Amino acid sequence: MTFIMPIVPNKILAILSFSLLIVIWQGLAIFINDNTLPTPALVIQVFWQEIESGQLPHHLAITLRRLLISFSIAMLLGCAIGILLGRHKKLDAFFDNWLVIFLNIPALVTIILCYVWFGLIESAAILAVIINKLPNVIVTIREGSKALDKDLLDMARCYNFSKQKTFTHVIWPQLHPFVMAATRSGLALIWKIILVVELLGRSDGMGYQLHLFFQLFDVASILAYTIAFIAVIQAIELLILKPLDKRALRWRR
Amino acid sequence: MTDIHIDIKNKTYITADACQHTAIKDFKLSLTSNEFVCLVGPSGCGKTTLLNIIANLDSQYQGEISLAQQYTQPKIGYIFQNPRLLPWRTVRENIELALPVEQSSEIVDSLLDAMQLSNIQHVYPEHLSLGMSRRVSIIRAFAINPDVLLMDEPFVSLDAPTARQVRELLISLWQQRPHTILFVTHDLREAITLADRLVFLSPSPMTVISEIKVNIARENRDDELLIENFRQQLLTAHPEIKNLL
Repeated sequence: MTFIMPIVPNKILAILSFSLLIVIWQGLAIFINDNTLPTPALVIQVFWQEIESGQLPHHLAITLRRLLISFSIAMLLGCAIGILLGRHKKLDAFFDNWLVIFLNIPALVTIILCYVWFGLIESAAILAVIINKLPNVIVTIREGSKALDKDLLDMARCYNFSKQKTFTHVIWPQLHPFVMAATRSGLALIWKIILVVELLGRSDGMGYQLHLFFQLFDVASILAYTIAFIAVIQAIELLILKPLDKRALRWRR
Repeated sequence: MTDIHIDIKNKTYITADACQHTAIKDFKLSLTSNEFVCLVGPSGCGKTTLLNIIANLDSQYQGEISLAQQYTQPKIGYIFQNPRLLPWRTVRENIELALPVEQSSEIVDSLLDAMQLSNIQHVYPEHLSLGMSRRVSIIRAFAINPDVLLMDEPFVSLDAPTARQVRELLISLWQQRPHTILFVTHDLREAITLADRLVFLSPSPMTVISEIKVNIARENRDDELLIENFRQQLLTAHPEIKNLL
C-alpha cells in the first residue's frame, strides 16, 4: 500500500478512505443484521425522508440559531475579556482562579443550574452554553494577548497610531491564529453542549429530536441527524473558516 | 536656541538575577534646533534606552526631557535597530499607516522612488532582505515629516553603496526640511560624514565624555580624504575616545 501512496493525489486518497469507511459500515450492518445498526443506504433514505418532511431542516435551523447566538456572544465577550486579562497582569492574577473554577465546572452542572435558576426557557439554554464556552475563549485569547510583539506595539505608539488603527493593524493580526483556534474548538464544543441543553430542557432542536429517537430506539434517524450535523460543521469549516484563514495568512511565505 | 533638553538623573533596570543595574546616570544633553547630532559609543552603553526615553516609549526613569515651545506634540520619527515592519501589511501599507489619513500618497511615491523600492511596494515584508526592510523603515520615518528624527544604527546592514546613497538621501531630505536628528552609530567615519556635532558616550552608566563640533562644510563631506584626516586628528587630540570605538 505505502509504495502507491506517493503517486495518488490527496483528493483521491480522501475519497478512497471515505469509501473504505462506508464499506466497513455496510459490512458490519450486513453481519449484525439488526436495526440497531442500519445500512448506509437505509440511513440515507431516512435522511431524505426527514428533509422532505421538513422535520430535519426545522430542527437543524433551530439548533443552528442557538449555536450562532451563543457562539457569537461567547466569542465577543471572551475576546474582550481575554485581551483585557492578557494586557493587565493584576487583573489576570485576580481572575485567574475564577477561570480555573469555571473551566472545571462540568457542562451538565451549568446546564442543570441554569434551568433550575431561570426555568426551562430559551435564554437559560443559551446562557448555559455561553457559560460553558466562555472560559475556553478567554484562556486562549489571553495567551495570544500575552504573546503580542512589544516592539510592534512600541512602533505603533511612536508613530501615533490611533487606538482603532493599533487594534486593526497591529493587535488583531497577531491574535488571529488564537481566535481561529478558539473558533474551531468552540464550534466543536458548543455543538455538543447545545444537544445536551436541548435534550434536557427544550421541546425542539436536534437534541430534542435525538432524545425522541433514543426513546424509540430509532438508530437510522439518529444516524441521519448525525450526518446532517457533520455536513453542516464541514460546510462551516470549508466555506467560512478556511477562506478566512487563507485571507488572513496570505502574507506568509 | 535650545530645542530639546535631555536631563536624565537616573535610569535603572532589574537584571535577571534581581540586581539593580544603572544604565544612565546624570546624563545631560541639549540639542539645538535642526541640529544633526551623532551619538557614538560602544554597543550596550544605553544609546537605545536613551532614544526610547526621548520617544516616550520608556517612562521608567528619573529626570525629564523638555522640548521647546513650538513642539506641543512633536512628531517623532524613529528608525529602530530592527525595522519593525508589520509582516501582514505590504511595504506601501506599512509606510502609509504611519501617515495621517488625509495626507497624500505623493510623498510615499517620491520616497519609494528615491530609495528604489517602487517595484516592491506591494510586497509583504517577509519577502524582503534585511537591507530592503531597513530602507522601508527609513522611508516610514521620513514620510511623516518628523520634527525630531531618532535613528538607531539605521545603516548597519546595508551594503556600502546603498548605505552611501541612503546617507546622501537623508542629508538632502534634512536640508530640504530641517529637523533635529539624533543618530546613533559606532562608525566614526559615518558620524563625521553626517553630523554637526559628535557626542561620545562611555558605558555603564552612560555618560558624555566629549562633545566635538564637525567643522567640515556640508559640500565637502563626500571628500573621503578630508573625513579620514578629520578622524585621525580627532583620535590624536582626544585619545579617550579610542576605547569607545
